[in-house]
Amino acid sequence: MVKNLTNVTSLSGNGMRDWLIQRTTSVILAAYIIFLLAFILCHQPLDYMTWQRLFSHFGMRLFSSLFLLSLFWHAWIGLWTIVTDYIKSASCRLISQLIIIIALFLYFIWGLVIFWGTPL
Amino acid sequence: MSKRPINLNLLTIRFPITAIVSIMHRISGFFLFLVIPVFLAIMALSLQSPEAFFTVHSCFAHPLVKLLILAFLFALFYHLVAGIRHLLMDAGVGEELKPARLSAVLVIVLSISLTGLMGIYLW
Repeated sequence: MVKNLTNVTSLSGNGMRDWLIQRTTSVILAAYIIFLLAFILCHQPLDYMTWQRLFSHFGMRLFSSLFLLSLFWHAWIGLWTIVTDYIKSASCRLISQLIIIIALFLYFIWGLVIFWGTPL
Repeated sequence: MSKRPINLNLLTIRFPITAIVSIMHRISGFFLFLVIPVFLAIMALSLQSPEAFFTVHSCFAHPLVKLLILAFLFALFYHLVAGIRHLLMDAGVGEELKPARLSAVLVIVLSISLTGLMGIYLW
């Protein structure tokens, strides 16, 4: 019998959904990372103009935002799994989950500021 | 009590390769989580101004920084390749014991080779 995930700290509240989100975001993360690595390797020696022009492109800003959202979600599900597996004390677990989700949220906002704040 | 053989000698217990690949996927993922702020700081600096970009660029020429980048790239490549293995298994490819062991070895070999290639490239 499949039991529903009753843990309140799971963002989606459903293990099946978490599983699917983890896979979907992984594909986006992989695409972004492979694209970025390929770009850097194809533009050696890399200069500021090329680098800045790439990130000031509107499509790239959208891609970067999608990357940040995927990173936030993917890292949360991964870290949530690790924390619920290894930290048995409920208070320690809740505190670490709180620290992790706040950190990830701030990274997300910081990333948005970086990618949308790049001068045109 | 059942008469099953019990082996609690930690020196003779060895994890199967698939278990090692699995736990390393976790460890590399946790490591990558820790590196997120460093990555964001580098992105912020490199996009801030030509001067800041130059500073980052010259920092990357330092041998110690290159080693740190390689450590990061190894974690990244490992997590990426092991993740692709996971996706393939989810799709029903290579779920049997034999191909699972083979792909586990492949994950290690591939991630080390990719990191090695990047190392040669960086130096």
